[in-house]
Amino acid sequence: MQYNTDNQGRRGFLVRATQALSALIGGALGIPAFVYLFTPAKSRSTGGWVDAGDISQLKLNAPEELPFRRVRMDGWKIITEKSTAWVVRLSEKEVVAYTPQCTHLGCAYHWEESKGQFLCPCHTSNFSIDGKVLNGPAPRPLDRYLVKVEGDRLLIGPEQSKAKGA
Amino acid sequence: MRAILAWLEERTGAPSAIQHFLDEEIPASAGWHQVFGSVAMFLFLTQVFTGIMLALNYAPTPGEAYNSLRYIMTELTGGALIRGLHHWGASMMVIIVVLHMVQVFLWGAYKKPREATWMMGVILLLVTLAFALTGYLLPWDNRAYWGTVVTTQISASAPGAGPYVLRLMGAENGVGVVTFARFYAVHVLVLPPLTMLLILLHVYLVRRHGVAPAPGDEVKPKQKFYPRQVFKDTAAISLAFIILFSLAVVAKAPLGRLADPTDTTFIPRPEWYFLFLFQLLKYCEGPLEILASVVLPTLGVGLLFLVPFLDRAPVIRVTKRTTAFAIVILAAITWSGLTAAAVRSTPPEAFAADREGPMEWRDLTPEELAGVSYFKSESCGTCHTLGLRQEGKPGPNLGAGGAARDAAWMIAHFKQPASMVPGSQMPSVSLSDSQLNALAAFLLKLTPQNAMKMQDIPQYVLDGAALYQKNRCNLCHQVNGVGMKTGPPLNGLAHRRDATWVKGHFLDPQKFSKDSMMPAYPFTPQQNEAITKYLMSLP
Ligand code: FES
Repeated sequence: MQYNTDNQGRRGFLVRATQALSALIGGALGIPAFVYLFTPAKSRSTGGWVDAGDISQLKLNAPEELPFRRVRMDGWKIITEKSTAWVVRLSEKEVVAYTPQCTHLGCAYHWEESKGQFLCPCHTSNFSIDGKVLNGPAPRPLDRYLVKVEGDRLLIGPEQSKAKGA
Repeated sequence: MRAILAWLEERTGAPSAIQHFLDEEIPASAGWHQVFGSVAMFLFLTQVFTGIMLALNYAPTPGEAYNSLRYIMTELTGGALIRGLHHWGASMMVIIVVLHMVQVFLWGAYKKPREATWMMGVILLLVTLAFALTGYLLPWDNRAYWGTVVTTQISASAPGAGPYVLRLMGAENGVGVVTFARFYAVHVLVLPPLTMLLILLHVYLVRRHGVAPAPGDEVKPKQKFYPRQVFKDTAAISLAFIILFSLAVVAKAPLGRLADPTDTTFIPRPEWYFLFLFQLLKYCEGPLEILASVVLPTLGVGLLFLVPFLDRAPVIRVTKRTTAFAIVILAAITWSGLTAAAVRSTPPEAFAADREGPMEWRDLTPEELAGVSYFKSESCGTCHTLGLRQEGKPGPNLGAGGAARDAAWMIAHFKQPASMVPGSQMPSVSLSDSQLNALAAFLLKLTPQNAMKMQDIPQYVLDGAALYQKNRCNLCHQVNGVGMKTGPPLNGLAHRRDATWVKGHFLDPQKFSKDSMMPAYPFTPQQNEAITKYLMSLP
């Protein structure tokens, strides 16, 4: 069978041109798709301050669990979630707020008045009042929220570790 | 590499199958005019890809659909581009499929033994249109909603089958959640696999019969599909892709206001390729209507199907097929004539209707008007512009239109600006919740077209509406159809009472009508003047 074929040089050109064009189209579709899937949404609310209540009655070294409501973007929805923080007045000037999850696997811990420690019942991690790990499997001290005190009110911000980038 | 190929060859036979596919013999006359099929297939695959990308962030229920799509377009990097590719890709797909058919028709490539290939192609055309029709509803903006209302009504007018089609579309009681679910299911679950199957069969048939030769091809040496024709196909695909990509970048895919079934001012328009049918429908009134809505389209599709049987003459050179050319030209003229007529008869507002918003303050509700007054009293105008003029103020131009935020977002933003827009310098707005609602309601009505006008609303209207809002008159009265009906609606008050009566009535209602339940409102004279004048000027 006789075929009408191109000479070697022209054939090579056609093959390379086809490959180049295909790669170009692949890139023009693939790169936007990658960016679309892996870039976080533009208006993420990480910088909000919410009022967690009056702390004028909060005693020195007596942790209390304060509830607050936070408005958050969940995709295209604005949701308000209930959350809590363990708030401690460590000194006259210093008030800290810990996130309510244990740093090991996220169980809820509580303040054990008699021992003067935070206890996590799941795998018995203990934390001191300033959040340090005393024993147990927890890998790091309790996570903290950013806090601001305005008059008697405690304002809670994003988590300290997550706020850095924001 | 060679070892892997050998392994694959032995286990699956794929390499030699591909080789066989690429080495396909094609006639000497094959060339640039035969690229359309490949382009159509490419566009279909691109639609599948961008469609999947959209679906990853899209919530397929009416209200959510709109919000999530707006989120895709405004919050996600590359989201607007991907939606643009999908939106314009649909139009290009229709164009290319039609061009493909025109080419086959002109060359007479549907002749024996290729009749089935042609008919499969007609089905693929219908499937493409079904994609367009069902996809049109999915953004759930006014355009989508009203366009689909028209579609469902046209199908309902089909003699006999009408009610069944309507029931199948879940649109017996109007376009709603059921219709939406069905359109979505058809668009993403039914049509894509169906199309793939049909394309597979179509390509199989093309391969089985070979690419249609032109007269004289028998004596010339054949060519191979790869690489010459593959290159031509790829080049054409690239050209189509460049056009598509540029469209997606330059022309933003439209997303109007959230679908509003009570909005009677919206003039529904179908997508451009259906405009000719829409126009045809206008010419046929009354009993003739089914002619345009059902009879002619059915006839048209039927004729298309039968083309290979109507023309059984032997294949001749394309340049000699004058009748075919005449038919195509006639069809093109008819189509463009009808489309042009439809475009010309479109009132210019209809193009912008979904972005225009109310032009007169009389169309606004008291709540929205109160919002305007809060906008002024809170001096929002120091940082924001409303109109098209940009004067270098620190805040964004609120009248720029386009994909706006929703009320919940705005209210959260008013309360704590930085929580919604990190780094925002805007101070929080100290208004009550109902006042913030009013402000948001007004901002939602802002569009580039009406923004300037909103700055010129007379002060007494704003003061009057703010009082109306503050005293919650809407709990008993209606203005522009908003509010309760315990008391009389207030539109047209001027026809019933005079200003002195209204003013006196506010201060002591029972003095004027004994059994009135309305409490007294001890307005100051200025307040009374403003609210009375406002209410008296309601149409
Ligand atoms: S989760 Fe708290 S110790 Fe394991």
